[in-house]
Amino acid sequence: MMSNKENPMRLKALLLMVAALIGGAMVSPAAAQIEVDINAGAVKPLPIAVPAFSGTPRGAEIAQVITGNLERSGLFQPLNVSAVADKLPDVNVQPRFPDWQATGAQALINGQVTVGADGGLRVDFRLWDVFSQQQLLGLQFSSTPDNWRRVAHKISDAVYERLTGEKGYFDTRVAFVAESGPKMARVKRLAIMDQDGANPQFLTDGSYIVMTPRFSATSQELTYMALRPTGSSIYLLNLETSRQETVGKFPGMVFAPRFSPDGAKVAFSVEKGGNSDVYVLDLRSRQSTRITTDPSIDTSPSFSPDGSKIVFNSDRGGQAQLYVMNADGSGVRRISYGGGRYTTPVWSPRGDFIAFTKQAGGQFHIGVMRTDGSDERLLTTSYLDEGPTWAPNGRVLMYFRETQAGTPRLWTVDVTGRILRPAAYQGQASDPAWSPLLD
Amino acid sequence: MNFDTKRAARLALIGLAAASLAACASRPKPAGPAPVAPSEPSSPSAPYTPPPSPVAQGAIPGSVQDFVINIGERIYFDTDEYVVRSDAQPVLAAQAQWLNRYPAVRVRIEGNADERGTREYNLALGARRANAVRDFLVSQGVSGARIETLSYGKERPIDGGSSEDAWAKNRNARTAITDGAR
Repeated sequence: MMSNKENPMRLKALLLMVAALIGGAMVSPAAAQIEVDINAGAVKPLPIAVPAFSGTPRGAEIAQVITGNLERSGLFQPLNVSAVADKLPDVNVQPRFPDWQATGAQALINGQVTVGADGGLRVDFRLWDVFSQQQLLGLQFSSTPDNWRRVAHKISDAVYERLTGEKGYFDTRVAFVAESGPKMARVKRLAIMDQDGANPQFLTDGSYIVMTPRFSATSQELTYMALRPTGSSIYLLNLETSRQETVGKFPGMVFAPRFSPDGAKVAFSVEKGGNSDVYVLDLRSRQSTRITTDPSIDTSPSFSPDGSKIVFNSDRGGQAQLYVMNADGSGVRRISYGGGRYTTPVWSPRGDFIAFTKQAGGQFHIGVMRTDGSDERLLTTSYLDEGPTWAPNGRVLMYFRETQAGTPRLWTVDVTGRILRPAAYQGQASDPAWSPLLD
Repeated sequence: MNFDTKRAARLALIGLAAASLAACASRPKPAGPAPVAPSEPSSPSAPYTPPPSPVAQGAIPGSVQDFVINIGERIYFDTDEYVVRSDAQPVLAAQAQWLNRYPAVRVRIEGNADERGTREYNLALGARRANAVRDFLVSQGVSGARIETLSYGKERPIDGGSSEDAWAKNRNARTAITDGAR
């Protein structure tokens, strides 16, 4: 199912996408009749028609990928429109709107695939408001033919942004730990896939334990932890070159790495004599600085988007709670006060929320709170929910849910908590990490 | 305790210096992401060798088997705790006595946690447990230089269940012999 024979990143060489606004005179935000209220969650998903794009190759598949993306977001309800008589053969001809109005769709995406003289794929699409008969968006993408899925993701992002006012998150990837084997001897392999579960690839061979991959927010780089009987290591892995290095040697365990937002530093935990503290490594100077000194467990550091602060969890107050400090370790203050144990805080890329894992009453939850600890909301509940990661738009979280039988799978939930569903990837997986939007 | 622990500890230190030099020299470099090799097919023409008949015999004194069977390699902890419980102290005292008797033996204390915690927190908790055992053994005269510690967090449960009983078993520290046993 998976292959790792080629470089995991094929972006630079193969990707040449040109987006151009088509029919700009018709596009005016003020004229938009429909919009999706992202804060209303799944209360009323927008009915949308995404018929197969005309032309070959890949016209039908591109529409399917867009349909899957929009459906999984929970904000859209793609309709089955295969019986509609209007087959939309030419993207430059207006749809027969009465046909589409009859389906109940409020929005329509139609598109057309052509192959240029150079063999390149050209995909044109239009987004229509079916009732006002207005064009809301028109774009053209050019790409190599094998990159058609990314074209579909970029179209999905453009539609999502036009209709919700928020950036999309479909042209992204997810690093994770692929799991197999019995609960008492799990095989764990670093893996990566498109956010919709396509193109999964293994990056390690499973001969040692890997945990907690995290993306750099600025580049296609991962940091993760490896655990062998000889000790633990934190790696920095460049996905484009496949080169990797460690953060260096420390006397005890090293774990819980996470990049700073500018990618210039890594915060992580170092354990010495049983005491775990937060350190920050400057990747240019290679100098590491210990920034917590409390004799408690201080771990799971995560930077604020401006890099000025770090949220982490500590049991200095008796049991694990969340604390925020300045990035140099000064000004530590506790932000979580609810009952139970709070761990794995992750600062939203928008800066508005901190997501976390909470353990209370024998259950695990994924939750969010404001960065001062107010407005705590628990979004999920199960035997074991752990390790949230933010989509780059800060509106959706992915995490893993493990059953009592020990089967971990990836799930997503939006910040309202209303749109909760399994991720597209159906293999056993844990520790997801969402990439930034690809170039 | 009739044997001379001081002398044993001194011997242990000498044995250890040599062993740790060797360990440093042979410490493998961390490997990068490696391609996955298909497993080797077993040779179809390998001659059949019957397994040896079981023989009833006690564990050889000073062997890993002796340690595991007659002393006990694991102690258990309370939820989210790393204090060595009173019921674990006699086990650790016996481990220390055994290690003092066999000074060439080196150990790795592996701290483990149950699944009722997040990965990173449990790595830290396992490290605390491993170090609590280490400190206990050192207080009983075992040289700290013979002991390394490691945390597996919740990655290596010994009971695959999801009951209180299973979690209690999985909150443990294992004293694993890495070198020097008979």
